[in-house]
Amino acid sequence: MKVVAQYLMVLTLSPLLLGVINRVKAFFGGRKGIPLFQLYRDLFKLLHKTPVYSRSTTWLFRAGPIVGLGAVLCALAIVPFSGRHSFLAFDGDLILMVYLLGLARFATVLAALDTGSSFEDMGASREVQFAVFAEPAFFLALAALARGTGQLSLSAMFAGLTPAVWQSAASVLALVTAALFIVFLAENSRVPVDDPNTHLELTMIHEVMALDHSGPDLAFILYGAALKLWALGALISCAVLPRHSASWFVDSGRFILMMFVLAAAVGVLESIIARLRFLKVPYLLFTAFSFSVLALMFQAAR
Amino acid sequence: MIILLMLVPLLAGLSAFLISDDGRRRGLLVSASALHLALTILVFVARPEIIPGDWFGLDALGLLFLGITSVLFFGASVYAVKYLSFEKYDPGEDSDEGFIFNNQPEAVFIGCLLLFLSAMTAVTVSRHLGMLWAAVEATTLLSAPLIYFHRHKRSLEATWKYLLICSVGIALALMGNLFLGAAGIKAGAGLDLESLLSKAAALDPAWVKAAFLFLFVGYGTKMGLAPFHTWLPDAHSESPALVSALLSGALLNCAFLGILRAAQVCAGAGLAGFTGDIFILFGLLSLMTAALFILGQRDYKRMLAYSSIEHMGILSLGVGLGGGAVYGALLNSVAHSLTKAGLFFVSGVILAAYKTKHISEVKGLFRRLPKTGVLWLAGFFLITGTPPSGIFLGKLMILKATLAGGHYVAAAAYLFFLAVVFAGLGRIFLEMTFGEAPQAGTSGKLPGESRQMLIPAACFFVCVIILGLYMPGWLSDTIAGAQRLIGGAV
Amino acid sequence: MHTTTAELIIVAIILLDLSLAVSGSLAACIRLAAAQGVIAAILPLLAGSGAPESRAIIFSSTVILLKGVIFPWLLTRARVKANARKDVEPFIGYPASIILCLGAFAAASWLGTRLPLPETTRVAWIVPASLATIFTGFLLITTRAKAITQVLGYLVIENGIYVFGLALFVEQPLMVELAILLDIFVAVFVMGITIFHISREFDHIDTDELSQLSDWHPQRDGEAE
Repeated sequence: MKVVAQYLMVLTLSPLLLGVINRVKAFFGGRKGIPLFQLYRDLFKLLHKTPVYSRSTTWLFRAGPIVGLGAVLCALAIVPFSGRHSFLAFDGDLILMVYLLGLARFATVLAALDTGSSFEDMGASREVQFAVFAEPAFFLALAALARGTGQLSLSAMFAGLTPAVWQSAASVLALVTAALFIVFLAENSRVPVDDPNTHLELTMIHEVMALDHSGPDLAFILYGAALKLWALGALISCAVLPRHSASWFVDSGRFILMMFVLAAAVGVLESIIARLRFLKVPYLLFTAFSFSVLALMFQAAR
Repeated sequence: MIILLMLVPLLAGLSAFLISDDGRRRGLLVSASALHLALTILVFVARPEIIPGDWFGLDALGLLFLGITSVLFFGASVYAVKYLSFEKYDPGEDSDEGFIFNNQPEAVFIGCLLLFLSAMTAVTVSRHLGMLWAAVEATTLLSAPLIYFHRHKRSLEATWKYLLICSVGIALALMGNLFLGAAGIKAGAGLDLESLLSKAAALDPAWVKAAFLFLFVGYGTKMGLAPFHTWLPDAHSESPALVSALLSGALLNCAFLGILRAAQVCAGAGLAGFTGDIFILFGLLSLMTAALFILGQRDYKRMLAYSSIEHMGILSLGVGLGGGAVYGALLNSVAHSLTKAGLFFVSGVILAAYKTKHISEVKGLFRRLPKTGVLWLAGFFLITGTPPSGIFLGKLMILKATLAGGHYVAAAAYLFFLAVVFAGLGRIFLEMTFGEAPQAGTSGKLPGESRQMLIPAACFFVCVIILGLYMPGWLSDTIAGAQRLIGGAV
Repeated sequence: MHTTTAELIIVAIILLDLSLAVSGSLAACIRLAAAQGVIAAILPLLAGSGAPESRAIIFSSTVILLKGVIFPWLLTRARVKANARKDVEPFIGYPASIILCLGAFAAASWLGTRLPLPETTRVAWIVPASLATIFTGFLLITTRAKAITQVLGYLVIENGIYVFGLALFVEQPLMVELAILLDIFVAVFVMGITIFHISREFDHIDTDELSQLSDWHPQRDGEAE
């Protein structure tokens, strides 16, 4: 029961994260900002519209958003909530999670390529290029965690992450968290990698791939992005919240609070640093990769 | 007594910075080095006991190298007096590119020279490996200004390479020292040579091996073993003749002493086979490198530098073979130091007369500078090991040990490279001594041949010849004692 | 507790290695090397269980003073006097540098397993971190164009050696350690002076121009004739 409640909570709270990020940025920019719940309204509005499809597109274009959203929904079923077991936990589920996120990306990229628009092609190419760097970093970070806790499922890994582990292996966990954070920013098209507020197609990465989608398709994409933000953020929150109490409510409350703190942190980060040049983005991801490699090597040498 | 050995040049060096009169400063240089030599002889006559736990002390190995250093330095100081007065008259004009440069202030030069002697003495008498390291690094730092005596681009380049490559190399030796310390943590051996040797069997062999590799590469860089030799030809060719002589004859030996100390510990830990292979490998590699570069050499000072690399290779090979070859190697190191210093002294005279280091522009030494020519040719025969020469004896002993030990491939390579070096050196020396002297070029005011600059070389050469014919008992005892320390059976 | 702190320091040192390998600004490199030296100097204070000995305190504070204050000051002075450009002008790019460093660290880890530390210390990764730092120093020396970065590389090598020596605290008389430090100090000082001379003679401190002396240039002879 609690497991289902957790899942439903994730589904409803995810769009709020983006609202928090936007409000924090607005605060730093001295603006009032869009309402916290704007994304909910947008989604509601988009779902009631009729999609428009270009004549040059095929079924791939229509399948993209659906497959993408489906994959992220499945991935969320694996992601632990507050260090507790998710309902799809099994040994080796971390690999499934990485590949589900990969599938979502693949579907989006195919849909973008299907339009034949040069801008969307460009975005797809960038998305894939950065993924090449981000995925190994992500994988190796999880591998270091798996090695450190001796578990193979995400839920068990984070459940086994107790304060005692942090005390003895602080350095490894700090490196893993740093790597995960960079991957989190990159995968969700946040600032040093991509600017979600940009209005110039030439500089977009993720947004440009969704230019031709409309109506419910666009809603799926936006909602999928919000869910992905949660999925990756949840890993970081679980990592930095090792203490588990007996009460489910306390744990959950603390976890959700941590998620919003994370969102606020992203907002602060986006307000104080500028976006990297395209050429430098792989460098950043490479840094994440080296963090993961170091963490893994340390863990192996312990 | 030992402290005095270090203190005399130290104090003299410091006061050289303060004295303003040229003549008095040169007098100080000669008298300080004479005093140092006298003290060294005294130490030879009555060697002070080694006090365990003391940082300084003299064993046969240190004594041998101290003797070489002291003798060489005395010769160099006699040479320096005349050399420096020539340099005073002669405004610096670059031999090959013709630009004018200044010399370093003489006070700095003489001061650093004396401090350099003090540091080298410290290397030979150190009984603590950390102290030994500090002293070796000090020799690098103190000799760097000596190489930059002629203030122009090329000597600066040589100085920079010397400073950087040697400092980095010696830093690795420090790592080796620490590894050695780690090897002895359980046994409580520390870095004191006495306690390391007495507890050698209890050292952790893996760490000792790693330590030896680091020490070998580190001190080997300073010693000029290929492939870490790259600074050596540059530094030797650009520095003043007497500095080249000291670098080649004294400093390289001091660095070698560092490696030998490490080998001593390894032998105690039962790793003589491991160190022997490394010594042989890098010895042959150095021989090969030297042979290759001597063949096409165009600069006679660089040629001498490569010949030094060759001899360092021979030393390494001899120590690696063990047994009688160690004796040969140590004898070779004495003879090589004297010969090479003499040759560098002579090369300084040639450079002053011809104003070029290019072999192709030096012709007819016999006609133009007869005494110098004779010495130059004599030096060639001595350095290549033509009998009667101490070097010949040393090389022969090493060959004998190679064959006796069944290292036939090494023996063949050794002989082949020696032959190549002989041929390469022979072409160059003969080209320079015979033939017509060039008419044009230098002005009528020739520096000529200064007797004071040639006598040290001549004395050294005579010593080497005597070594080839008759081995004094005290020297033989010292070398045999040193050989026992390194682990070769007598 | 001390062990965890020491491990964190080791990680910090390795991360500083990586950032040294990729940093493009000369001033930042000087600061990074200084930071590394200072962090490494904290290690002997953590050795042992109780309060640090006075010997360790004297030594650590000397190292901190030397590496944290004097060396950066000397190098910054040399940089300003030599009018060096602000970037380090690497010969290889960021990914190559990082991959080399990571590879070195992997190799060093392997070596570390071959050289088991005596039981007196429980801190893991000292040997790998030390070797990797030495390698980073070599990387700086070989792949950067300026003379100052070569001195920095030398300092980083020293840092690597000190990580090992300080963490293990190989027993040495204080005098010997101070003599070693004095040597390093003079080395950096002399190198600084030499850099100044180089900048005056050559109008810059790019070491790839320091290539007149070599046996590989046949044209040298041609010029003379």
